Amino acid sequence: MKIFRGEIHVIKERCKQCRLCINLCPTQVLQESEEVNEKGYHLPELIEEPEKGKICVACGFCQIICPEYAIWVEEKKEETPTEKK
Amino acid sequence: MSKQISKEEKLEELHPMDKWLRSERMPHIWCPGCGIGPTLYAWARALDRVGIDKDKVVYVSGIGCSGRGSGYLNVDGFHTTHGRAIPFAIGIKLAKPELCVNVISGDGDLFSIGGNHFIHACRRNDDLLVICINNFIYGMTGGQLAPTTPRGQYATTAPYGNIEHPFNTPHVADASGAVYVARWTSIHVRRLEKSIAEALTMKGFRYIEVLSPCPVNYGRRNKLPEPDDIAEWFRQSSVVRNGADTSEVQIEKDKPLILGNFVKRVEKLTYYEGLKKLEERVRGAR
Repeated sequence: MKIFRGEIHVIKERCKQCRLCINLCPTQVLQESEEVNEKGYHLPELIEEPEKGKICVACGFCQIICPEYAIWVEEKKEETPTEKK
Repeated sequence: MSKQISKEEKLEELHPMDKWLRSERMPHIWCPGCGIGPTLYAWARALDRVGIDKDKVVYVSGIGCSGRGSGYLNVDGFHTTHGRAIPFAIGIKLAKPELCVNVISGDGDLFSIGGNHFIHACRRNDDLLVICINNFIYGMTGGQLAPTTPRGQYATTAPYGNIEHPFNTPHVADASGAVYVARWTSIHVRRLEKSIAEALTMKGFRYIEVLSPCPVNYGRRNKLPEPDDIAEWFRQSSVVRNGADTSEVQIEKDKPLILGNFVKRVEKLTYYEGLKKLEERVRGAR
């Protein structure tokens, strides 16, 4: 079975730190980072913990829920190393 | 120097919505956590899904926060006077019947000052898709009481709680004869997209209400000050009941929010078709 993996892109100047992407993420892999944009809002960042099963599965919910059109998800092209069955 | 870098980044990284946006106007003025953004994205994805040509899409908006949307989207848009979005859209549809005319406006615009236009457009069955972004309050002007504020909730002009009975807007549309009536929230984006796509393939007056968070002016006065609080309220208390009787879907304080595709009527004669038939009958076929 293929496991979908995604990576997120944040358009920095658009984010307003409403935290909807962080709180509504189905796999809870987004966190508030230390990094701020020019208006002082903290941007979301991807923190994956594969051993606990917390990975970005490229569902794209953060992308469609973001009110600012600031975050979007791209499905990773390369095959993830599959564990033995 | 920093500007140049951000421009390069912009070119490099484009959100999938950017093909519908006037990207140079971003970031928009809407508050953090506003529900207008997800609603417009759901609408754009629905247009993509149905496959409507971008040049055939018209977006008419009224006054209010959601009125700004017509300036941000890269489609033919009109920002009309207060409450007159529907009459303006009817005019466009009569002059150019091949266009896909959409009215996306707020609850104050459609149900307060534009209330009569709404019910009469439903009655005449004008061929429009009307999306009402309902945030329960007049957001842009500072949080005054709207005709959709639930009883017992607080607003700037109702500091001791609202004593008025609010509109049950799907029931208004249903009773006035709309062919398609649905209600979703801006958190239920995927179902909202499907619902809008279904409505886009139909003819006649179609109405979709989208419950939207307004953390700044509604939430702050009603113990829901953060965007997450309202999102959590929508998530916890929504009950999806497709085909529900619209007289029972009134939004009340501390009661579940009933969502779903409520009404799908058999398509009937639209106002434009009736006008064409009348013309043929009176003047003879040309």
